[in-house]
Amino acid sequence: MGLEVKQPIDHRTEDFCSEVGVDGPVAVEGGKTRWNLNGLPSENTRLLKAPKGILSAKPEEMTVTVLAGTPVSELHKELQTLGQRTCLPDRGGTVGGALAVGENDLSVLGKGRVRDSVLQLRYVSADGQIISSGAPVVKNVSGFNLHKLMVGSFGTLGLFAEITLRTNPTPPTTKWFTAASKHPQNIFNNIYKPSAVLWDGETAWVQLEGHQRDVEQQVEKLLTIGNYEEVEGAPGLPRCRWSISPVEASKITRKETGNFVASIGVGIVWADKPQSTKEVDPTIRRITNSLKNEFDPTGRLNPGRYV
Amino acid sequence: MNYIQRIQKKIKDYRESKHLSDNPLVADLQKVLDRQRVLENLNDRISYSKDESVFEGGIAGPVCFPLSTKEVQAIMKVAEKHERHVIPRGAGSGLAGGAIPLGAPIVIAMTKMNNILEIDIDNRIAWVEPGVINLELSDHLRPLGFHYAPDPSSQQICTLGGNVANNSGGPHCLADGVTDTHVIALEVVLPNGDITTFGGIDAEPTGLDLRGAFIGSEGTLGITTKIAVRLTPNPEDVQTILISFPTMRKAAETVSAVIADGIVPAAMEAMDQRTIEVIEQHIPSGYPSNAGAVLLVEVEGLPAGVEIEALRICEIAENHEAGEIKIAQTSYQRDALWKGRKSAFGASTYLAPNYYLHDTVVPRSELANVLDKVNALAEKNNLTIMNVFHAGDGNLHPLLVFDANEEGTLARVHEVAAEIVKISLDAGGVLSGEHGIGIEKQEFMSQLFTDADLDHQNKLRTAFDPQCRINPGKVLPTGHSCADIQTLNKIPEGTWV
Repeated sequence: MGLEVKQPIDHRTEDFCSEVGVDGPVAVEGGKTRWNLNGLPSENTRLLKAPKGILSAKPEEMTVTVLAGTPVSELHKELQTLGQRTCLPDRGGTVGGALAVGENDLSVLGKGRVRDSVLQLRYVSADGQIISSGAPVVKNVSGFNLHKLMVGSFGTLGLFAEITLRTNPTPPTTKWFTAASKHPQNIFNNIYKPSAVLWDGETAWVQLEGHQRDVEQQVEKLLTIGNYEEVEGAPGLPRCRWSISPVEASKITRKETGNFVASIGVGIVWADKPQSTKEVDPTIRRITNSLKNEFDPTGRLNPGRYV
Repeated sequence: MNYIQRIQKKIKDYRESKHLSDNPLVADLQKVLDRQRVLENLNDRISYSKDESVFEGGIAGPVCFPLSTKEVQAIMKVAEKHERHVIPRGAGSGLAGGAIPLGAPIVIAMTKMNNILEIDIDNRIAWVEPGVINLELSDHLRPLGFHYAPDPSSQQICTLGGNVANNSGGPHCLADGVTDTHVIALEVVLPNGDITTFGGIDAEPTGLDLRGAFIGSEGTLGITTKIAVRLTPNPEDVQTILISFPTMRKAAETVSAVIADGIVPAAMEAMDQRTIEVIEQHIPSGYPSNAGAVLLVEVEGLPAGVEIEALRICEIAENHEAGEIKIAQTSYQRDALWKGRKSAFGASTYLAPNYYLHDTVVPRSELANVLDKVNALAEKNNLTIMNVFHAGDGNLHPLLVFDANEEGTLARVHEVAAEIVKISLDAGGVLSGEHGIGIEKQEFMSQLFTDADLDHQNKLRTAFDPQCRINPGKVLPTGHSCADIQTLNKIPEGTWV
């Protein structure tokens, strides 16, 4: 397994590949922070843990290579010492889990999207081979982007073992401000690239990042549109996650969602009520099924989950 | 024999062997498009058999110019009926042969689908057709306070559909990311004629990221008919700095040091001594002609951060033996500094009539070593080389300048190009940073990926296009491609020529 590799592969990835083997239903358990999404693995599924560890962190390349079972918090703690960060949400889960689910951090405007941050992915295929896609450099158009396809695939096409992410320098200053607001979209007309704008229908929270003097200058602009005061951080978020357009998020009401916190300019809404299921275009379903058949013809990877 | 003579001979040989005079394919295409939007004469088809690369393939079949998604769909149905391959094409500015037909496929030229359909400021997106020129979109958006961030050097001519196919980059992609960061949805026509949309304007579209898999697939998974791009706000402040160095090694070390210091400039471009000389002789841009190398650095954002980072970059450069440092004080000066960089490839034609622009990526820390090896290689093979590249993301662009009419030169250029690939891969780099694989580098793919990796890439291809109908014979090497590349290189039976 993992025959004829072009770049050295960590022995823990090799061991993980052996554990996955070549037959029988199998899935990977991360931090279980989003375990109930998109179905549960069927009863007879063998649950494995992906290997843990940071293989290399290179601020001068803006890359970090990490084993998939590494907790996001551990990765961020290590990167913090190097003045770097990733865009992964830190909710108590693992790096592999964050990629398998593909959801963004609430500061996505400042940190970037998970789908854009994966430079290289090594996964174990349904037939027990280590497959590499992408490369540990920040720019690359060499071949098909399997690593893009895998983000958000819930471990149904391959089981993640090793990941190289793009990192970014941690901004010198990060601050949150809050004020009453009826028209949160206005914030974007006054503030250059806020890292997050949250809104619960009555109150807005704005995250500003950058050099101290720039943050101060932005605060002055914020004060022209509301009585903004500094706060510790973001508000608590309701349990359900909606994905809608940025404009829809700025017009959402409690009648639709119950209590909510909307990410303005993004379109994520955390709400009491779940979002109704969206219909999948039959052509998208056909391609999704074709991909599943190509990558996992016997359906052994994470059976019971759907994408 | 030059290119035109070679392709004319290819067609003559074929005619003599087949005696084909008519083709129901053209008649069927003319039923679904206006007659004048199906080119069938020989000279037109020769024009569409080539792109900006130095490579040759087969010949263009009938060349179609659809005006709508429905017309693209209709062409796909005709292709299916006649069991003919199809190749989509934008401006043909690609450098890896991705738009060169293999065999004699129907060419679908997307250049007449060139409308900006909708600017949606509230959602910060624009819907455009694939034939829109990259720079025209940014020119359109700028007065509204926005721009489209990816800016390939060919942005005055290249189309956004082509950018999607190649996941194109550009000098300003260092901080902002390449095409796939800025394209959030795509309407596509699939090989069987189905029309669908990948991605969406909602925050996190459900399902597999087919959009991400499609971008950069070099026109092999389907044909893009509409594109939703993100609008990037124009920066409040910009500083453009030209820094001269005694050697390229010192410039490259400065690049690594700046990034390691936690600064990500908007752009960080490098040019070597020969490039500077050529630019200054022919398109004077204010570059110091006695420098061994220059870095053109741009910092943008909010004013305080721009000032702090620009100062720090100058400090780091001075610690690496920087000579003259020039900061543009006006937009005129800024444009002049960029003019040199953007004219560099064109200026190379003052040295020789042809060039082969290479494209690999290496880790930033390897830039200086790799450049030394590449320059030594060119010298050993008696080839003129210019280096002008996106240093900030380690994206090398060795430019081999030559005269193709000199016997044996092109073969030598290809040999050196292959060696450059090897040097880059040995340094931990990759085959391409922004030009793609096309037919240029498909046989090098096995140097970067294992057989199993390549088979998995082909699984992706097959799931979208099981008949291998669109742009066959590209990207994946022999043995891993859904198409028989050897067969494609012959003009297929029944082709009208």
